[in-house]
Amino acid sequence: MAGEKEIRAKIVSVKNMQKITGAMEKVAASKIRKAQAQMEASRPYAERIRRVIGHLAHANPDYKHPYLTERDVKRVGFIVISTDRGLCGGLNINLFKQVIREISKWQEESVEVDMVLVGAKAIAFFRRIGGNVLGTASHLGDKPSVNDLLGSIKVMLDAYAEGTIDRLFLVHNEFISALSQKPVVSTLLPVSAIDLGDEPLQEHWDYIYEPDAGELLDDVLMRYIESQVYRGAVENFSCEMAAKMVAMKSATDNAGEIIDKLQLKYNRARQAAITQEISEIVGGAAAVSG
Amino acid sequence: MATIRVDIVSAEGEIHSGEATMVFAPAKMGEVGIAPRHAPLLTALNPGEVRVQTAEGKEESFYITGGMLEVQPHLVTVLADTALRGDQLDEAAALAAKQAAEEALKGVSSETDLKRAQAELAEAEARFRAAQKLKGKR
Repeated sequence: MAGEKEIRAKIVSVKNMQKITGAMEKVAASKIRKAQAQMEASRPYAERIRRVIGHLAHANPDYKHPYLTERDVKRVGFIVISTDRGLCGGLNINLFKQVIREISKWQEESVEVDMVLVGAKAIAFFRRIGGNVLGTASHLGDKPSVNDLLGSIKVMLDAYAEGTIDRLFLVHNEFISALSQKPVVSTLLPVSAIDLGDEPLQEHWDYIYEPDAGELLDDVLMRYIESQVYRGAVENFSCEMAAKMVAMKSATDNAGEIIDKLQLKYNRARQAAITQEISEIVGGAAAVSG
Repeated sequence: MATIRVDIVSAEGEIHSGEATMVFAPAKMGEVGIAPRHAPLLTALNPGEVRVQTAEGKEESFYITGGMLEVQPHLVTVLADTALRGDQLDEAAALAAKQAAEEALKGVSSETDLKRAQAELAEAEARFRAAQKLKGKR
């Protein structure tokens, strides 16, 4: 049996670990709230811009923007949003599995896949398994900003405009609740089914365009896609924090169990030593008096 | 006095929302002033100041780095950009993303997962200590 001293040292080290995981759990819990507020804050913009696009599409049905038209799929693009840091359970790996499933599905139909990766974890993963990566962005921090994402989005939009890719997907984790996150794949391009919401257009009217409709629609659609990706990044961050909180909580609980077990072991070792000492004394005394 | 509703939003949050008697914005083709019942208008915005004359007669101004302006008879929506835009800037950002991809995929990444985890642990530890100190003071 291990000595008392070693067991005590082990208990101390597990206790320290427990303190750290406990602290990380609390940090993650407080960050979830902020991340969710950020998610909420991005909603009005997305709603307004969707309405503008709806108006635009309705106002000039003859004008067909490339972003709005379907074409034969020869090559597809994926924007994969992952986390920058680990220690968040199976969040990233579930997402990557989903991506790989999607990719192999396309490859079966002999459609090539290009990717843009957001987050250090995705970069590390696809470096290992390979893949055609056009652009990356990482270290978005606690407050992802649109600015950090622009470059990688533009890479994909350019590829789409040039006809290199014919469809663009966004992959990120969806925040269902603090305990449940799910990887989702959504279509960014072509922007086919933009819902006009529940308010029907009562009258047919058109805007005055400055400078011209095509250019404006271009700008609006680009911003719409950027806002979608931004939202994905923010949502994914909420997921990261939620998953981290759960992972750290179970780590803390596990540490508690280990401490209990070690404590028991320690008590036994201590008791065994005492018993041995007493029996030695008793034996010695018996030998002397005998 | 007639008023018009003004919403200024950006992708990262709502900036302003309220009734106004007049709105001025730096449109691409020159500054525009919008009064209630303006004709529907859609235009791109240059970086500059959006001034809103509120129903109470105050004037509020917001600096935007560009964006879009949508006008409907009773509603003005400013979709503000959160970043400075421009063809060259966008191009540069795209280039940076491509370069990042190349570097990241070369395989020489200075940040291994282990280092990241260690840094995170150190941070958590520091936070924990700070929290303990605060607790002790109280």
